[in-house]
Amino acid sequence: MSDAALPAGLEAEATAERIEDKAFGFWIYLMTDGVIFALLFATYVVMTVGTAGGPTGADLFNLTHTFGETMLLLVSSATFGMASVAAREGDRRAVLLWLVVTAALGVGFVIMEGLEFSGMIAQGAGPDRSGFLSAFFTLVGTHGAHVSVGILCILVMLAQIAARGLTPPVASRLFRLGLFWHFLDIVWIGIFSIVYLPGVL
Amino acid sequence: MFGRLTIEALPLYSAIAMGGALIVVFGTLAVMAAITWMRAWGYLWREWFTSVDHKRIGAMYVILALIMLVRGFIDAIMMRTQQAIAVNSDGYLPPDHFDQIFSSHGTIMIFFMAMPFLTGLINLVMPQQIGARDVAFPYINAMSLWLTASGAALVMVSLVIGKFSTAGWTAYPPYSGIDYSPYVGVDYWVWAVLLSGIGSTLSGINFLVTIIRKRAPGMKLMFMPLFTWTTLCTSVLMAFAFPAVTVVGVLLELDRVAGMHFFTSGDGGNMMNFANLLWIWGHPEVYILILPAFGIYSHTVSTFSGRKLFGYTSLVWATCAIAILSFTVWLHHFFTMGSSANVNSAFGIATMIIAVPTGVKVYDWLFTLYRGRIRFTVPMLYTIAFIVTFVIGGVTGVLLAFPPADYLMHNSTFLVAHFHNMLIPGALFGYFAGLNYWFPKMFGFRLDERWGKRSFWCWVVGFYLAFMPLYMLGFMGMPRRMEHYDVAAWQPYLVVAFLGAVLILVGLTFTIVQIVVSVRRRAELRDPTGDPWNGRTLEWATASPPAPYNFAVIPTVTGRDAFWTMKADGTAWRRPARYEDILIPRNSAFGPLIGAIAFVLGFAAVWHMWWLVALSAVLAAIVVIIRSSNDDTDRLLPAAEVERIETAWLAEVAAAPRPVDEPARGVPSAALPGAAT
Ligand code: HEM
Ligand SMILES: [Cu+2]
Repeated sequence: MSDAALPAGLEAEATAERIEDKAFGFWIYLMTDGVIFALLFATYVVMTVGTAGGPTGADLFNLTHTFGETMLLLVSSATFGMASVAAREGDRRAVLLWLVVTAALGVGFVIMEGLEFSGMIAQGAGPDRSGFLSAFFTLVGTHGAHVSVGILCILVMLAQIAARGLTPPVASRLFRLGLFWHFLDIVWIGIFSIVYLPGVL
Repeated sequence: MFGRLTIEALPLYSAIAMGGALIVVFGTLAVMAAITWMRAWGYLWREWFTSVDHKRIGAMYVILALIMLVRGFIDAIMMRTQQAIAVNSDGYLPPDHFDQIFSSHGTIMIFFMAMPFLTGLINLVMPQQIGARDVAFPYINAMSLWLTASGAALVMVSLVIGKFSTAGWTAYPPYSGIDYSPYVGVDYWVWAVLLSGIGSTLSGINFLVTIIRKRAPGMKLMFMPLFTWTTLCTSVLMAFAFPAVTVVGVLLELDRVAGMHFFTSGDGGNMMNFANLLWIWGHPEVYILILPAFGIYSHTVSTFSGRKLFGYTSLVWATCAIAILSFTVWLHHFFTMGSSANVNSAFGIATMIIAVPTGVKVYDWLFTLYRGRIRFTVPMLYTIAFIVTFVIGGVTGVLLAFPPADYLMHNSTFLVAHFHNMLIPGALFGYFAGLNYWFPKMFGFRLDERWGKRSFWCWVVGFYLAFMPLYMLGFMGMPRRMEHYDVAAWQPYLVVAFLGAVLILVGLTFTIVQIVVSVRRRAELRDPTGDPWNGRTLEWATASPPAPYNFAVIPTVTGRDAFWTMKADGTAWRRPARYEDILIPRNSAFGPLIGAIAFVLGFAAVWHMWWLVALSAVLAAIVVIIRSSNDDTDRLLPAAEVERIETAWLAEVAAAPRPVDEPARGVPSAALPGAAT
């Protein structure tokens, strides 16, 4: 059965309603993901004392590096915002362009995080060194995994926009992905201020 | 290639374990052979497994729950047998095996019996109660079902390949850590819990969006049937509590496979954090299990006493209060684990406060029954048994909420008696009541009353025999999870408990007989009108089983008990002026596919076949991407087809005799089917 068989009015109405359902559902999903991060933050805070005689945050964290990561992620949020604006204006090429920039910034962030992690592991400060480091790697790594999934989703969006244009379902996905991306930004600000800043200061 | 999976994983070490494995293997083969013999694979695949219809998904959830109930009960009666004989002897189960059994019993009963049962009933009923055509996200709904099924399959497979956890259903470290539990048991537990937990989180989100966004015009929040209200609260808990069990499972697994130190006893680990995270999920979880049953009872009391529900508003607020308070009491599960007296008192008081809204509910149900004309149907019997029994469990709960008392009772069979006293009447009996009440909506015919009543009496009397002695044993100092003991004075009580379990076995058998008998008598038990009990809420306004779209015309709601009002003003079973085209979501292999991949992923992770873990993760990602890129998911049911279905049903309604059960007092005659055309 193809689209042609469906009466256009009914179909459009159903699509519109579904898009609103999904937007609402996505907000709730983000809240559940927020619960996951909240628990990981709590676990981290509880475990900062569990260094087991190993390195502490002050020994390991490099604020300059973290500042770089923060900049990449913040700017990527802004570029995603540009993509959303372009989508509202129906400018497909601009959307594609901004999304590519966003994905590139995201990749930069993930690479920087990977460098930080591998550097720590090379110094013998891997996640199996102490409870503190387990909590650090898991919290920051979970965020990094989210960013990676976000990048994958951006790639899928690029394909969909290129192939189908900014149809209502595609545009709605872009909107939800935007929520996700900005959400990760907020989580990162939490990580910056709860993990890195107190760790160094 | 096969990770740590070798031929040693087969249960060749013990005749009893081997027997269990053979039953699983041959049981599965027998079912598959029967399906092949009936040539039903195609039908099952097209009409059921790939279905995204909430009613079918609900029915499949319930079937899964019943299968797992049998499995969980076999575990239970094995433990009861062991404890009845193991005084000053080893009994027939070695410790390692006994420990697997209580772990799998608890895990199965909570995650794979109770959760699917309530999720199934919600799926079946809630969308109809709010006058909707489906849940908000039918494809995610199918995915939730199949994720739950894949978790259940992992637990079942652990009987045959490897062993299940011996760390209890709560898997406390450090015992569940790699040092003390190096083999696969705990990994099976973690993966089963993770997969089904993700399914439950998604179900919670799905139901929440459905209730908030899909209600029929005019159905204000305070017009919603109570089961929908309790579903709303349960969904909030599912969505926001289940992430905690996901986190705790992942962290435990990271400790086990990546050598991390979240919960280890040295190296900076913190075991208390496990207890906190687990119970931040665990206490809301018991309300996830119980609130839907409260909703069911609210319908059965009013339907079968022919009265409108007493104290609707207070029931709604009590439900919301319980849902919120349920997040504030988790520490009562470990009063004895070193918190200060002030902290313990705060949590003890919070726990006692929950008894207040619960008590309000009990009075509301009692006042609904008061001066009603009660029909003693099977659901009603379960309701009455619940009210009486649950109050006993509630009282012992308040007792345990008192930290000094908990110091004495903690970890004893008193606790085992207490939580079974909450969960069996407060959850399982509710689901049984719901099953008997809504079964016609699932399959179009009622369940046999005679066998239902027989089964009911065995369950209730069996429950008292099986669990009241455990209160005594708790006072006598018997700890839980005992494989054998040397206090002869305990044995008589354990023998009584065993006899109770035997009676429950008879009850469970009768439940199965009831279903078989009803299938065979289905023509006689047919529910032609869709309203077999003279019901009050909108789910009775549809056919039994409902058409794929539930309502040909979405009803407009003007108050509570919407269907009752429709029957009273003669607008029920009305033919609309004209039928319209309806879009319904098309079936899809997505759900079963994701479930299968998740199962392989979990199994591979348990056995450390990392390449297969990676492969299935990639496959899962591809399947999800393909599915979510699909914008063309609807199929059209043309108005003519809708008209054909509806006309046939309305003709049946017109021809139907009066409802089987006597209608309640004061029903205007227009409410009777037949008078409505
Ligand atoms: C149908 C009748 C049932 C019987 C005869 C039964 C029996 C038992 C027994 C003998 C134990 C072990 C007690 C001990 O540790 O000494 C147990 C534990 C448990 N049961 Fe049941 N049970 C039944 C139903 C249920 C139901 C319906 C649920 C939940 C919905 C449930 C949840 C649990 C849990 C969570 C545990 C704790 C497991 C652990 O220690 O890790 N049971 N049950
Ligand atoms: Cu609790």
